[in-house]
Amino acid sequence: MNTPTGTLLTMAWTFGLMSLLAIGGANSTIPENASRRRRGSALDVGCAVRGYVRYCTIVAGTKRADRDADRLSRRRYRRCAGGDIRHVWSIGRPCLFRQQCADRSNQSIWPEVLQAALVPISIGLMSASGFILTITTGGTWVAVVLIVGAAALALATRLNPLWILIVGGILGFAGVV
Amino acid sequence: MTPEEFNEAFALCHFLPGPNIVNLSVVFGARFRGIPGSIAAFLGLVGPPVVIVTVLAAIYARYGKIPALQRTLAGVSCAAVGLFLAVIACMMMPLLKRRDPIALALLAAVFVAIGLLRLPLVPVLLIAIPLSVVVAFILRRRGAL
Repeated sequence: MNTPTGTLLTMAWTFGLMSLLAIGGANSTIPENASRRRRGSALDVGCAVRGYVRYCTIVAGTKRADRDADRLSRRRYRRCAGGDIRHVWSIGRPCLFRQQCADRSNQSIWPEVLQAALVPISIGLMSASGFILTITTGGTWVAVVLIVGAAALALATRLNPLWILIVGGILGFAGVV
Repeated sequence: MTPEEFNEAFALCHFLPGPNIVNLSVVFGARFRGIPGSIAAFLGLVGPPVVIVTVLAAIYARYGKIPALQRTLAGVSCAAVGLFLAVIACMMMPLLKRRDPIALALLAAVFVAIGLLRLPLVPVLLIAIPLSVVVAFILRRRGAL
């Protein structure tokens, strides 16, 4: 599968699969990706792909992609094809911009400096988001315990995040939360 | 991609307009096959959720007010937030392992400003980003980065 077409198909398949796994946001796929890698069932197109699958697909971004898909679907419901096109364009423009940045920034030290500078700020923002989400969602002590328990499980085990979400749903259905 | 490389690429994409994971997928695809690679990665990323969410939206529009469903979603939300916190912890690990006090201080400052003090995002970033860039530049020149 190392032909150009094979790589393209593999890449489309990988991102499609990861987007399917990203229930509750791309974040939830980290344990799954890690366990896939451990099982040796990762892509056969090079270490970089496996690394990406492990750490990436992941993050809050796929959550945004879900949200975008949601918007897209709602617009589709309203039968507003123009909205769909505008939305795809709104995603595409920054993508093109980002790609141009990546292509032109290989020689300078500034990309490295800029990226290193943005890491702590980015994680700080995510931490703030996590804190706000926790105090918003965790309205009761039981909810806080469930949040902390889910986080501990995801960190300490290779449990598929889907199971954690299912358990959360069952507890919610039972009226525990 | 190492965790550090991922953090750096993610951080940069995070501050560019548009969904950051889409930016990241485009960059990743471009590294392999240029523009066709970017398109393949992008379509793979957003295609399945569009279909699934369309179906779910139809179901939710019809049955969303059922109390049992709302309770279930509340439970799922708690689990999802827990998973999000786990991701944040994973992303912090490289910084904690490097024991970089300046980076950790910046991280903490942003967290306090946005999360605890609820200061507006734009002014905080207008201060934090240049400060962090200057610090990173100085460290780079000293060979510490």
